[in-house]
Amino acid sequence: MKAFAELLDRLVLTPQRNAKIRLLADYFRSAPDPDRGYALAAIAGTLSLATVKPAMIRDLLLERMDEVLFRYSYDYVGDLAETVSLVWEPPEDVVPDDIPLGDAIEKLQTTGRANVRSVVRDMLDRLDTSARFAFLKLVTGGLRIGVSAKLAKQALAEMGSKDVTEIETLWHGLAPPYLPLFQWLTGEAERPVLSTPAVFHSVMLATPVGEGDLDGLDPKDFAAEWKWDGIRVQLANVGGTRRLYSRSGDEISGAFPDVLEASDFSGIIDGELLVGGTARTNRATRTFSDLQQRLNRKSVSRRMLDEYPAFIRAYDVLFSGETDVRAEAFLARRAMLSDLVERASPQHFDLSPLVPFSSWEELDQLRSEPPDPVIEGIMLKRLDSPYTAGRAKGPWFKWKRAPYNVDAVLMYAQRGHGKRSSYYSDFTFGVWTEVDGLETLVPVGKAYFGFTDAELEILDRFVRDNTTERFGPVRAVRADRDFGFVVEVAFEGLNRSTRHKSGVAMRFPRIARLRQDKLPHEADRLETLQAMIESKS
Amino acid sequence: MKPDALLYPAPKGLYCEIGDFYIDPVQPVDRALITHGHSDHARAGHGQVLATRETLDIMRIRYGEGFCGTSQTVALGETITVNGVEVRFHPAGHVLGSAQISVMAKGTRIVVSGDYKRRRDPTCLAFEPMPCDVFITEATFGLPVFHHPDDRTEMRKLLTSLKQFPERTHVVGAYALGKAQRVIALLREQGYDQPIYIHGALQKLCDYYRSEDIDLGELRPATLAADEKQDFAGTVVIGPPAAFADRWARRFVDPLAIFASGWMMIRQRAKQRGVELPLVISDHCDWPELTQTIREIAPAQVWVTHGREEALVRWCELEGIAARPLHLVGYDDEGE
Repeated sequence: MKAFAELLDRLVLTPQRNAKIRLLADYFRSAPDPDRGYALAAIAGTLSLATVKPAMIRDLLLERMDEVLFRYSYDYVGDLAETVSLVWEPPEDVVPDDIPLGDAIEKLQTTGRANVRSVVRDMLDRLDTSARFAFLKLVTGGLRIGVSAKLAKQALAEMGSKDVTEIETLWHGLAPPYLPLFQWLTGEAERPVLSTPAVFHSVMLATPVGEGDLDGLDPKDFAAEWKWDGIRVQLANVGGTRRLYSRSGDEISGAFPDVLEASDFSGIIDGELLVGGTARTNRATRTFSDLQQRLNRKSVSRRMLDEYPAFIRAYDVLFSGETDVRAEAFLARRAMLSDLVERASPQHFDLSPLVPFSSWEELDQLRSEPPDPVIEGIMLKRLDSPYTAGRAKGPWFKWKRAPYNVDAVLMYAQRGHGKRSSYYSDFTFGVWTEVDGLETLVPVGKAYFGFTDAELEILDRFVRDNTTERFGPVRAVRADRDFGFVVEVAFEGLNRSTRHKSGVAMRFPRIARLRQDKLPHEADRLETLQAMIESKS
Repeated sequence: MKPDALLYPAPKGLYCEIGDFYIDPVQPVDRALITHGHSDHARAGHGQVLATRETLDIMRIRYGEGFCGTSQTVALGETITVNGVEVRFHPAGHVLGSAQISVMAKGTRIVVSGDYKRRRDPTCLAFEPMPCDVFITEATFGLPVFHHPDDRTEMRKLLTSLKQFPERTHVVGAYALGKAQRVIALLREQGYDQPIYIHGALQKLCDYYRSEDIDLGELRPATLAADEKQDFAGTVVIGPPAAFADRWARRFVDPLAIFASGWMMIRQRAKQRGVELPLVISDHCDWPELTQTIREIAPAQVWVTHGREEALVRWCELEGIAARPLHLVGYDDEGE
């Protein structure tokens, strides 16, 4: 467990994506089976382990430790698993020992309820501090190390010099400790052959329309569809097994039983998951903000299902019945999809409509004034394109509506990580509103990119020269009506937020321009942002 | 005599009225006994200073020749008398020149530990337990959570990272006196023979350690002439912790932030500081060393100063040892 514990310790503190991938790949290369497979499962969230209640861990500790000393320790550290891992003192006759991760997990999986207590106590005694922490995080559920399943798959791809889409395709057909997967990655065995149906197939992605990309392309070769602001999903019903996946291949079936239950067709489709009413029922599509109420849930209440009904706006079909139709052209696939949706539940499925157009200029116009607030742009698909995994340039384009912009005032800055550790590069900015009759800045977002290196120098200098307060790594900067730093912030959308004092949260905010020509009192007001939300719902 | 009459906390620090001297006073006084050279214990501006030769040297390096009125070198183990009070200095194992100070009058002996640690340190003499009636202990890491791991395991993490990320500059934050030299010496013990680059603030103290025959290997300044271009990829750079948040750090390519401190035991501490690779290397006792030292010395009373006093006092209570906090002010709680 030592190597796994060390890996976790490093991952928690490593901010860079590439460095995380390297740490993971190095671990996967050097750790033995089945340890690495269980580690992968723990990180990717596919490990099934009956969890131990924190109260039990606390009890075990208090068998040996004074409660007052424990309280002082816990108050200081603030995390139960970490506190226990640090204060735990094994009896003197226990020989410290590195229990392999796989042994620990298999032991826990086969231990009956009655014996869990003594098994956990015994392991805590034998492991060292760092391994104890990893073990406690495992058994109490939730590693929280800032690594997604996607990143873990990326590391596997790096380890075996494979394409990540290959790993995603296999992923849902395999289970911990992933022996055939690792044997394939190390070249000891052939690519695993899957027996489980309804596995995830890597989705086809679009490239953004860049300067000049459409020059020389004939509008007649393309179909246009609206780009809806929900989440891209893949719905599979193969041999009676139904699964809903996010576009990265994470299974989200548990959160959407309504959609799953309604999918009584056979095949695999691609679409946008949204909440509200389908076009077929003539009710409005609701915002991303509403969809968020349904996301990231393990289970969902009756009330949620009634208040936020989910449906799929179908874009494409990958399998019609048992037949793989991905090699067919877009138009042929669309005809099959249309048939399939026609027969499916009208409350839960509709077909993404095509947008008629004859020139790029006309489409550009449509893009900037979409007929529905839940549209975030246009998708362009070549009529003759097959459905191919990944993001190839050419067959599919996305053409987003222009971002929103506001002028905001810098309020706080935090030092960055890695390359940016000597720069104040994470900025919190605010807009004006009236609080108790006084003009006050309220924070509305945080951004750490969008600016050039030269602009970062300017921002950093401003922060260092105009710090008013320090809170650990964060500095508050001067932001008065007539003195401060105004930035133009671009963002993709606004959500209502109960977490932020301002009541709004920006999606994908970045600093588009420095507005040294403006004084803080010329920046935007909160009311402007609130009106943007109102107009959407 | 009652120990409280021999030594008690006064606004300027621990005061011995009979001997008319202070130990590690936090403001200028007429006569000061100094345990070691860290700036919260050794301040400039006293009338007379008594300390080990090394501590006096270090104060001179840091504050200049006029750091005090007169100075008197006290050899370790030598008994001197100050206004009828018997005073002796014993090694404390904290940094080069660090000492505990034993104060005795009318049959009562108090030992002031200053800052101390119990594990091996290639850059200073080991702590010697001294029998006494009252042991005044520091409690910087006086919580049961602090179990500092073996130095060698910690240094191996740094060496592993150098192999794993050879394109990045490994910048190690370490306090200028003691910690920096210890980290360098430990790296050398592990066989790291590349030049180590140091921040300007470390130069004089490293030179001094070397003049005291402590082997630090090849050190180079981590400074650049105006027209010089070097990115320090794959090297180890050591500097005071604050320097890495400074513009100074921008010369390094893709810096990997490392911090050598006992505080690195706590993940959140590391995270807050943006440390990617924490090295738990402490110049203070961890919890087992503190409690083991008290058991070993077995004093009639324990007085606890600077740090997390309440937990150590509670432990003494549970062990049936008379203990109380001193509530001295002016010492850096973050003393690492």
